[in-house]
Amino acid sequence: MAFFWRRKKDEDKFSSSILGLDKSLEELKAQEEAVEREIGVRFTKAIEKTRDSINNKLDTIFEGRKQIDEAFLDELEEMLISTDIGVATTMQILEAIRKGVSRQEINDLGALKAAMRKELLEILHHSEQRGVADERKYDLDIKPYVLMVVGVNGVGKTTTIGKLAQRIKNEGHGVLICAADTFRAAASDQLEIWAERAGVPIIQQKQGTDPAAVLFDSLRAAKSRNADVLIVDTAGRLHNKSNLMAELEKMKRIAGREVPQAPHETLLVIDAVTGQNGLEQARQFMKTADVTGIVLTKLDGTAKGGIAVAIAKELNLPIRYVGIGEQVDDLMVFDPESYVNGLFN
Amino acid sequence: MFESLSDKLKSTLKNLRGEGKLTPEHVDVALREIRMALLEADVNYKVAKDFVESVRAKAEGQEVWQDLKPHEQVVKIVYDELVGLMGGTSSRLVFTKQIPNVVMIVGLQGSGKTTSTGKISRWLKDNQERKPLLVSVDVYRPAAREQLRVVGGAVGVAVYQDKETNDPMTLVRGAVLHAQEMGFDTLMVDTAGRLHIDDDLMVELEQIKAETRPVEVLFVADAMTGQDAVRSAEEFHRRVGITGVILTKMDGDARGGAALSIKQVIGQPVKFVGVGEKYDAIEPFYPDRIAQRILGMGDVLSLIEEVQGKISEDEAQKQLEKMTSNQFTLEDFRNQLGQFKKLGSMSKLMKMLPEQMTGGLQMSDEQSAEVEAQMKRTEAIIGSMTRAERNNHKIIDASRKTRIAKGSGSTIAEVNGLLRQYEQMKKMMAQMNRGGLFSKLAGKAMGGLGGGLSGLLGGGGMDGLGGMFGGGSGSNEEFDNNYDETRDSLAKRLKKKKRHKKRK
Repeated sequence: MAFFWRRKKDEDKFSSSILGLDKSLEELKAQEEAVEREIGVRFTKAIEKTRDSINNKLDTIFEGRKQIDEAFLDELEEMLISTDIGVATTMQILEAIRKGVSRQEINDLGALKAAMRKELLEILHHSEQRGVADERKYDLDIKPYVLMVVGVNGVGKTTTIGKLAQRIKNEGHGVLICAADTFRAAASDQLEIWAERAGVPIIQQKQGTDPAAVLFDSLRAAKSRNADVLIVDTAGRLHNKSNLMAELEKMKRIAGREVPQAPHETLLVIDAVTGQNGLEQARQFMKTADVTGIVLTKLDGTAKGGIAVAIAKELNLPIRYVGIGEQVDDLMVFDPESYVNGLFN
Repeated sequence: MFESLSDKLKSTLKNLRGEGKLTPEHVDVALREIRMALLEADVNYKVAKDFVESVRAKAEGQEVWQDLKPHEQVVKIVYDELVGLMGGTSSRLVFTKQIPNVVMIVGLQGSGKTTSTGKISRWLKDNQERKPLLVSVDVYRPAAREQLRVVGGAVGVAVYQDKETNDPMTLVRGAVLHAQEMGFDTLMVDTAGRLHIDDDLMVELEQIKAETRPVEVLFVADAMTGQDAVRSAEEFHRRVGITGVILTKMDGDARGGAALSIKQVIGQPVKFVGVGEKYDAIEPFYPDRIAQRILGMGDVLSLIEEVQGKISEDEAQKQLEKMTSNQFTLEDFRNQLGQFKKLGSMSKLMKMLPEQMTGGLQMSDEQSAEVEAQMKRTEAIIGSMTRAERNNHKIIDASRKTRIAKGSGSTIAEVNGLLRQYEQMKKMMAQMNRGGLFSKLAGKAMGGLGGGLSGLLGGGGMDGLGGMFGGGSGSNEEFDNNYDETRDSLAKRLKKKKRHKKRK
């Protein structure tokens, strides 16, 4: 958890502890825990509004009631719906609570919160079975690790890539960016500014070039420069445009031809304000681009991003990163525990 | 858009139809279904609740349960409520004599402000005879101003730039002055995307508003937005007073429930919808049409308007004459294909047509792509013929076929298939000539299009669809009525257009 990007950094960790021997195992552990806590705090702060509204709502709904009855469950249903987790997920959670109530296991607010937390955690953990929940899933010798970023228009792909590049680079990895959004006006310029900030090289071509060609060049460049990670930006596309989706398929094919098993990760970026259409997005992008995980962006607004939970539940796709602000550090590795705890603590 | 909502309502009401009489219990079931469908379409839960309650109240007040065809009344009530909720009639941008009229574009990050700014400026130039100037005051996102510059270039609208400053207020003041000096009557201000809870940026918006006193503040909303749409719209409205909404990414398959919610909460109309990535992919918003579409009544008006816009009337008339005089050549066939392609994808077209015309058949995007691919091949084959061959297909013998197949990268079998298809079409047209349903349909607007469509589909190996226009079998009464209405309003509009031309 201490590291944002964990591939190959193990040697460094060892060397410092072997060389220094200044820290005991306990101290190292404590240090790591401190970092984890700090991340947890920042995350909690970022989703404060969400948490406040959920917690307050639960309290208000519960206020003045002696027991959990149908009227209460109706209000609870509305609250859950308002987070965008969708009708199906809402019903699942309500079902669990109904059962608990009838068995008399849930009879106060604390037990109710605990039950909801448990349901949510179950959904989120279950989702990690599919896709790529950890970059160490692949052989550590693979170079470059190809990370493709896809999504519909305006969800924050380019910004996410800017942050990803900087964070991975800061931990001592060689990063190369491929600007394969050759469609949107000035997309490549935007990415170039991010690359400059991060001090990461970028491969780009004129607007209107075949994105597959830019990708091909980038793959070659990544190999010859011995880059550790290649991050590929793609143009935003609506998932129901079959020709644009076919273009992604082609890019995937080319990546796989140049580097074994590439793209190793394909991240679908979802805007936290997205409603139920997010499910269809995930479905279609999985079908053509083999999406392996979700990045949930703009979680610092009032939107609760519940659609990511719905996607995790319906499609078993893990949430990999969350974006909680404009700063580089505001992209974090998603951790189910801190997310769910953040909601209810 | 909205397909699933319409499906859901339809199946619910179909279940109701099975009953001789509606009981309050049946209504309860139906309303629950409607509520679920609305929630799945991202309509805000409060709005959905109110909607269902008002439908219930109306239904009960009208004593619908004694009526002979209760489901029809329920449909009508739901439809009326939907139209009411979405804002009555469509609206244009209203300008004053002030120079320049300022239009502010605001919204969350990634909702599509810059693209919409470009599209609307072009629309104003083409449809409301305005002379717009664009300015981007997004000094935060990397390359945002560069993006507007490129967009402006693409739509042929001037963009004010000042690279010296990074201050939004300086930029806005400069743009207003520039507009006054250079005689631009409309200034569109593309603002930075921001979260509605970001107080500093909201203050900045208030300042820009105070400085420019805009005639319109348009809020750009993504059709895919979920339950939070209401909160952001409310906050923007509270701070800067929204005068209208632009609903973007409607070419996706989102059901767009957010549009209903926003309208309900801020009380301002949706003025435009964005329906594609190209800069002309913007349409005025017609609430009644979308409500009709939700209920599966199709969108004939939109389609006809689209045909009107893209196919010249004269050409359609010429085609019609050719068809009726049975001189329809391969050359004409190819022209039709070309016109047809201008209308966009097949699946989009099919969605616009009312159910009676498509017989309830839906076309998936894959099928649509297949038909489009087939059209492309057909065009290539015709393109490889000489003019003489196109004008008289009978001269095409085996050796010519071999040449054509080679030239178009197809096979002789495909060339044969095309010729067979063409002959069938010709025959069909002769029949229609003698007075089928289609001859009624083939009014001015539809022109050669309908024939081309039915022929294409018939020949494209998609049985069932082939009879689309000719079909509809027994129950054409309803359809004819629909059509007559459409044609009447179309005729009126045509007259208006002509009058307008004369005045010019």
